[in-house]
Amino acid sequence: MEEVRLMKGNEAIAHAAIRYGADGYFGYPITPQSEVLETLEAEMPWETTGMVVLQAESEVAAINMIYGGAASGKAVMTSSSSPGISLKQEGISYIAAAELPALIVNVMRGGPGLGTIQPSQADYYQATKGGGHGDYHLIVLAPATVQEMADFVALGFDLAFKYRTPAMILADGIVGQMMEKVVLPEPRARRTQAEVEAQCPWAATGRHGREHRNVVTSLELDPSRMELNNERFQRTYAEIEANEVRYAEYYTDDAEYLIVAFGSVARICLKAIEDARAKGVKVGLLRPITLWPFPKTRIGELASQAKGILTVELNAGQMIDDVRLASECRVPVAHFGRMGGIVPNPNEVLDALYNHFPEAKP
Amino acid sequence: MKEEIIIAGFGGQGVLSMGKILAYAGLMNDMEVTWMPSYGPEQRGGTANVTVILSDSAISSPVLDSYDTAVILNQQSLDKFESKVKSGGTLVYDPSGIHHKPTRTDIKVVEVNAMDAMMELGNAKAYNMILLGALLGLRPVVPMDAVLRGLKKTLPERHHHLIPLNEQALLKGMSLVG
Amino acid sequence: MTPEEIINPANRVYARPRLLTEANTHYCPGCSHGVVHRIVAELLEEMGLENRAVGVAPVGCAVFAYNYIDVDWVEAAHGRAPAVATALSRLNPDNLVFTYQGDGDLAAIGTAETIHAANRGENIAIIFINNAIYGMTGGQMAPTTLLGQKTATTPYGRRADLNGYPLNITDLLAQLRGTCYVTRQAVHTAAAARKTKAAIKKAFENALAGKGTSVVEVVGTCSSGWKMTPAQANDWMAEHMTEHYPLGDLKNE
Repeated sequence: MEEVRLMKGNEAIAHAAIRYGADGYFGYPITPQSEVLETLEAEMPWETTGMVVLQAESEVAAINMIYGGAASGKAVMTSSSSPGISLKQEGISYIAAAELPALIVNVMRGGPGLGTIQPSQADYYQATKGGGHGDYHLIVLAPATVQEMADFVALGFDLAFKYRTPAMILADGIVGQMMEKVVLPEPRARRTQAEVEAQCPWAATGRHGREHRNVVTSLELDPSRMELNNERFQRTYAEIEANEVRYAEYYTDDAEYLIVAFGSVARICLKAIEDARAKGVKVGLLRPITLWPFPKTRIGELASQAKGILTVELNAGQMIDDVRLASECRVPVAHFGRMGGIVPNPNEVLDALYNHFPEAKP
Repeated sequence: MKEEIIIAGFGGQGVLSMGKILAYAGLMNDMEVTWMPSYGPEQRGGTANVTVILSDSAISSPVLDSYDTAVILNQQSLDKFESKVKSGGTLVYDPSGIHHKPTRTDIKVVEVNAMDAMMELGNAKAYNMILLGALLGLRPVVPMDAVLRGLKKTLPERHHHLIPLNEQALLKGMSLVG
Repeated sequence: MTPEEIINPANRVYARPRLLTEANTHYCPGCSHGVVHRIVAELLEEMGLENRAVGVAPVGCAVFAYNYIDVDWVEAAHGRAPAVATALSRLNPDNLVFTYQGDGDLAAIGTAETIHAANRGENIAIIFINNAIYGMTGGQMAPTTLLGQKTATTPYGRRADLNGYPLNITDLLAQLRGTCYVTRQAVHTAAAARKTKAAIKKAFENALAGKGTSVVEVVGTCSSGWKMTPAQANDWMAEHMTEHYPLGDLKNE
């Protein structure tokens, strides 16, 4: 049994990456996620597991290092925060188009622009609707605890390799910076070169006697063939939507009102719900764990039994679009959010619930 | 048992590390803990605060609107957090940074002159440990041995020789409120 | 003499290298890329590297290099080949990793990646084709376009006050402690092509030996972009390009 430790979410990501047997990390410092690179440099995994760690000259270089590493079948990851993730979007589109597995971590801060370094969830659209150019999706995981920060490294890598598509951990400054208890996963060995080549027969590993050359590219000038490529991507996305939806529910059995929130905001809402339940208010919480694929079926079911839904987000109302689509207008859906790095407290959440749905007020 | 604590003052006063030691003490005592800092570009001189929650059961929100206990080290923090102490809660403050004293009467307000005590001990690094000692004297949420084990976890090995000094400071802080 | 008598192995002075694929290239007649591709394919075969070489292709005229040389390739985003090669090399240290880039890719959009990969001394070979123009997009100004040179975006000739100066990026790269070998060559004559082959061979050897970054600039021609015949382009290159971009080693450690 692994020891229970106390650490920041960002530190947990770094430790989990080493223990997963990741082959490489390439990143550029930006608040509030710099502890990922700092922890990796301090741990010196190249001395133990052989994992490569490199501080790149820019976010643009870092994501293209991820592209290169993933193209050779290696398990590689990068992390950044909102402005840096914007810089990476071109590379992410290429990685998706070349059907490469990779893990990208975004510890969100308030934008737009240089914005603030305080927590935000304003990159929901960017993460779940594509972000870069072209028709593609990332598998987007939203951790709410330091434990999930650690666990989603392995989950993200495994899903990325299973579907040959990049996965993103969409965290925020709260879960990146806070410390809580975490049990790190058991260390596992990095794949051998033979295992990499067996798992990734498409990779540019050097031919090593292979009959044909492997070319990793996103370029296809013939539109009819490019359409076929796109159709293949869409089949993969449909398979992911069918198999990989993840969410957590709290107090939904008898809920007359439903709050939908992700990441650390879901925990703030949970405390609000506990306070409301103590006064007899029947309110429940659905926390999407995968933001893409989105738990639309389950939200649709809950929408049939609820009198109202409130989404709570650290943005101007982004996930609410997906909740509205999922609820198919069966129930009023309202939004409460704070922006620019302000985090609401549980009381504000309840005030918003009673403001939008006065009959809920005890 | 659940204790929701805010520690607030200037950066450089040891606010975050005081919270960290408390959180590690909770870990050593098999409690659930969260440590949520205000983070920012400021290292020294700006305001800093940390929310520490210690609980026997799972903790939902790491972000709070009210606190059982507040440890306040400057005027800005007092202005911000005095009203957020729960009725019947505890507010510990060091008067050296305070011009307008707390006025609430529905909470327990305790003045701890940690700055003077620090001068007596002759070590500037003891400041936050004196306040932690005072906090634990008023709210014994974790036993002393758990705090010392927590200290051992947070201090790099090369500073372990400072543990007796820290223990002395903790006891000094306790004596100020005892 | 019949054609059959001429097409006789005993008379053969040149054959397609085994690692040069049979695909028809999309390069214009007279383009320098064809010669450099042939040299790279020959070297990979002669040095026994076909099973451990990974090329990184650019965006620019050489974007389809991966169709012509029969080893593993990764097609990079515009300018990012040195970053892609950094990870390929660090994660696969037994492989020969080389980039093949043009002047826009290496010296404009990818300047940061080029300088930082070279400054880190990544164990890669950078092959840099400098023909002083953007060929693929239709003959616009490159960072290496000469003063006075007419292009689609400098229709009256490049002016320093409007467009800045031609960028001698290879000279900059030679200053960096991470580079071990920096040279400028050409392929406009058979003798020059032989020197280029020797230079690229040394660059590959350095990468395999872990000596740091090698940069082989090949001053090339773009007869289409320059609006000349291939022969005129060769003459213009020898007369004007080598004045600003003199041939020879800049660094050999």
